[in-house]
Amino acid sequence: MLDTTAGKISAFIAHRFPKATITDADDIFSLGFINSLFAMELVMFLEKEFGITLPNNELVIDNFRTVTRMAELVGRLRPEPAAV
Amino acid sequence: MPEIGVIGAGVMGVGVAQNLAQCGFDVVLVDRDEEVLANARAAIARNCRMSALMGGPALDADAVLARITTAQGADAVAKSEIVIENITENWEAKRALHAELDQVCGPEVVIIANTSAIPITRIASVGAHPERVVGVHFMNPVPAKPVVELIPGVHTAPDTVRRTRELLEAMGKRAVEAKDASGFISNRVLMLTVNEAAFLVYEGVATAEAVDEVFRGCFGHPMGPLETADLIGVDTILYSVEVLYEHFADSKYRPCPLLKQMTDAGLHGRKSGRGFYTYN
Repeated sequence: MLDTTAGKISAFIAHRFPKATITDADDIFSLGFINSLFAMELVMFLEKEFGITLPNNELVIDNFRTVTRMAELVGRLRPEPAAV
Repeated sequence: MPEIGVIGAGVMGVGVAQNLAQCGFDVVLVDRDEEVLANARAAIARNCRMSALMGGPALDADAVLARITTAQGADAVAKSEIVIENITENWEAKRALHAELDQVCGPEVVIIANTSAIPITRIASVGAHPERVVGVHFMNPVPAKPVVELIPGVHTAPDTVRRTRELLEAMGKRAVEAKDASGFISNRVLMLTVNEAAFLVYEGVATAEAVDEVFRGCFGHPMGPLETADLIGVDTILYSVEVLYEHFADSKYRPCPLLKQMTDAGLHGRKSGRGFYTYN
């Protein structure tokens, strides 16, 4: 689980909000966890962790609503290496 | 669009300059330090990039930066119609700069002091034209916050207030007017709230998490008072409470000893990695 893109993103969020239970499909913006600071932390985390640069047109709330959407975003920009 | 001078390229000056440029104004952004100015341009580019994700408008960083000229030295604002001063909340620094601005700027220029703590009437007393000086307390991050406090000093002219309101409206701000008393509205209440929240932790009545959860869950605040303290800086909170305490000479503003100890220990909040909470 933790080795997948979604797992890593989920772990990052869980580390910052240890008391919250967030599934990969939960809208983290509507749950009230996300303020503008954490949104910026998420962008920095995704770029650093997955070695990608998010183009400006991808920096919209819809791409960051759920763990699944963020994993899809990362997948679009950096196709996961094939399993060995 | 008229040119607006913005002095001080720290967090607040950067926000003010970006907000103005976004709204079509030409901006001269001034600081003493060349490195601070370079960092300011980088910060504005970064903030523009993040704007849509933060619920703001989609911004073209190059277009915003193209309206901002950076310069060292206060004389660079000589042609500005309105000057917004955002330097550090230190009376000696403000006094020296406003004395210089009084010489550099023609008498028709409106000078706005962006402050949360220093009395506007005192700032206005430095120059020969106190009628053109007015206070505006911008909130951080400036482009994202729709409301500001507008504080006329004792001698501020109605025309100065009118022109300032027009500028704020063009920046997309609503101005709430308050009289010139230390802390105005926001800091008078917020700093006491944070101070009392720190007392709860200091006395062992509740943890920081519990205090913040009550404010978020019961009152619908996006952040609790101690998260806010970590964001603003615990040292800055202490300084602001001390200013209120000195100004009103009233024991209800006595700073919580925990704020003093945390400040001494370097536990200043987000910027130092640890405050009431620990950050990565």
